[in-house]
Amino acid sequence: MSGIGTSSARPDRSAIFPIEALGTLFDALRGRGYRLIGPTLRDGAIVYDDIASVDELPRGWSDEQSGGRYRLIRRGDDAVFGYAVGPHSWKRFLHPPRQRLWRAKRHGGEVQVTAEAVPEERLALIGIRACDLKAIAIQDRVLTGGSYLDPYYKARRERIFVVAVNCSVAGGTCFCASMQSGPKVTETFDLALTELCDDGMHAFVAEAATDEGRVVLAGLPHRPATGDEVDAAAAVVARTAASMGREMPSEGVRELLLRNLEHPRWDEVAARCLTCGNCTMVCPTCFCTTVEDASDVTGVESSRSQRWDSCFTMDFSYIHGGSVRASPQSRYRQWMTHKLATWFDQFGSSGCVGCGRCITWCPVGIDITEEVAAIRASEAH
Amino acid sequence: MAAPPEPVLAAPLVDPMLPRVGRVRARRRDAPLVFTLEIEPAEGSLPPFAPGQFNMLTVFGVGEVPISLSGDPARPGRLIHTVRAVGPVSTALSRLDRGDPVGLRGPFGTGWPVEQAAGSDVVVVAGGLGLAPLRPALYQLLAPRRRYGRIALLYGTRSPADILFAREIDAWRRRKDIEVHVTVDHATGDWPHQVGVVTSLISRARFDPARTTALVCGPEVMMRFAIGTLQGAGVASTQIYLSLERNMKCAIGLCGHCQMGAAFICRDGPVFRHDRVRDMLALREI
Amino acid sequence: METHGLDRILREHPFFAGLEEDFCQLVCGCARNVRFDAGQHLFREGEPASEFFLIRQGRVALEIRAPGRGAITFQTVGEGEIVGVSWLIPPYRWTYDAKALEVVRAIGINATCLRDKSESDHDLGYELMKRFVPVLVQRLQATRLQILDVYGSPA
Repeated sequence: MSGIGTSSARPDRSAIFPIEALGTLFDALRGRGYRLIGPTLRDGAIVYDDIASVDELPRGWSDEQSGGRYRLIRRGDDAVFGYAVGPHSWKRFLHPPRQRLWRAKRHGGEVQVTAEAVPEERLALIGIRACDLKAIAIQDRVLTGGSYLDPYYKARRERIFVVAVNCSVAGGTCFCASMQSGPKVTETFDLALTELCDDGMHAFVAEAATDEGRVVLAGLPHRPATGDEVDAAAAVVARTAASMGREMPSEGVRELLLRNLEHPRWDEVAARCLTCGNCTMVCPTCFCTTVEDASDVTGVESSRSQRWDSCFTMDFSYIHGGSVRASPQSRYRQWMTHKLATWFDQFGSSGCVGCGRCITWCPVGIDITEEVAAIRASEAH
Repeated sequence: MAAPPEPVLAAPLVDPMLPRVGRVRARRRDAPLVFTLEIEPAEGSLPPFAPGQFNMLTVFGVGEVPISLSGDPARPGRLIHTVRAVGPVSTALSRLDRGDPVGLRGPFGTGWPVEQAAGSDVVVVAGGLGLAPLRPALYQLLAPRRRYGRIALLYGTRSPADILFAREIDAWRRRKDIEVHVTVDHATGDWPHQVGVVTSLISRARFDPARTTALVCGPEVMMRFAIGTLQGAGVASTQIYLSLERNMKCAIGLCGHCQMGAAFICRDGPVFRHDRVRDMLALREI
Repeated sequence: METHGLDRILREHPFFAGLEEDFCQLVCGCARNVRFDAGQHLFREGEPASEFFLIRQGRVALEIRAPGRGAITFQTVGEGEIVGVSWLIPPYRWTYDAKALEVVRAIGINATCLRDKSESDHDLGYELMKRFVPVLVQRLQATRLQILDVYGSPA
């Protein structure tokens, strides 16, 4: 896929290929040197992991999601992408939970520091959704858009091949439509698929938006999509957009939160918040990291690793003497106002894509859309 | 927040997370738990630094901490860092001996507006260890002394034993072209100077508030009080600069730790013009 | 001549800057010039607060004595500042020692005299209060900062 930050090329006319050709696509990508990552069933959820074949996709499965609740359910058909997003986003592959930065070795009085090599692995992301693609575009700005950049992220990011999927179902906690980040894929992709699975038909309407995407698509058994098929694909997306489980009108959210930094609602949400940090782990845009140094028992070799961190921990804001954000109120406020308000100042957009994961995976079901709505409503009185 | 000021000096580092190896050339004890390290970069010199900037110092196998540069910017090959041993890394730093390796990244962050202050009076208000990041600014203020109007150093700390750079302060005291006031919170015995909080020195210093630049560094509470007193004396918020402290891991705006509102303290600070952070300073736990 | 000199000195002292002529005359009637040598006490803890001082020159240490710790200085006061506020409130006794660190020249103002004049002329009393209250508030804030021990090492 072309480099970070290139604008979305205009997709070609849509093609259509049958479900059977999905295996051919996987083989083609593997043949081009890609490691395939896609959705699969594990631990009672749909997670992104290495996949070897189409058989490992969650065929016939969907999910039920609500605040603090996620459950797999059977679909009545054989759709392979018929569910919303699971607990993991793709950040674990591009901005992994742990990344070694360097190793140091002491020879007598000398210390030699060696940077960890940047990865050369090429990843094909199979089945990435509009919200998560938007999240990658946001992390691009965070991790590679400034005067300093994360070379490990950049190296992984530059080598991905994106097989995006337009969502055919909206999860109970989804609100991408109101965040203008889905359900139709708009960010840069190589291939975008819409799954059509009814009336005995099981096929994918496909668009290619890059040269490599065109080459890959050309290698699949396909034909141009008919007007009806293109309409059917559009109808799938429209139906999904109309069935969002949540909404968060994005108008003026930044200003709303910044003028309510002192608000009783922070105390109310903090009374429920366990400050477990789940929301930050599942969020596809949360990027914070800490570093850990390690050494062997002799002290000859040492190393530093970067690992995900969460603004919900006390350690996060610790300066000698104590934590700046000692109360749960202040930590929830930091997370939410960063995501929905100060992110605009820092990176020119919201930090939220409406994927709904923070709602689903919050053990007590705290709902970011409900929190915004409550603060908004308090101003209406 | 308005557009953050650009870093004074961009650090042209190939891999900004990779420490260069330096070596301790000297260590001196300044006060209880406070040490000054002189570090020589072993692999050529680091980029020049501006007063107020900081480096990330690594003790291999222990960890890394941000430490402000406290030496003379005119001598960048001699990196001077004043460290208080309060955590595992700073304690390990304070125990290093001559010849020991130290990892160095930097310099990072914004500096004091020493250049912009030319022609005006300058009031330097330091509290405790806050004198360390202000010392490079004092060197620059005093080097081409004629470029400034009156210069006052107002320094407050806990007790006479906690005074940093005492010999240098005595030398400054003897100069006619800088007004030096040192106060301590508590004193016993033969302490000949002032006792009281640093804010009480502001009314004693001679400066023209309408054409004064104030540089303030110390514990955040002390800075809030000092800035209030400076404003009361007629110094505008836009003429007051302060240096903020937050948890930092990367120093390059990527790890997220040092955020204060929309600002990354490591990149947009640590030195800020007061009017740009005034609202945030008023908030609890921001 | 003496009165005229006091009048001018009083007017020039920052604490009484801008004081109305009538009030100035009233205050002058309670004032005297004083001088203390280095080490001499202006007053000691427990004594009646019968006089307070406008410092014209020199520095004064305000001290509290603690068994085993000697005299602890909690504040020094210098030119342009005042020493002593306990004369304003009953029981009118000093709660610390005030000791000259060097030669100190000051104007001493008789507390009983000024209290009596303030009782009979509340406008004068109010004018004095407006000048004393900021001093008290500043000292209270300074005390808060000292209690916070902001430069202290974390435990």
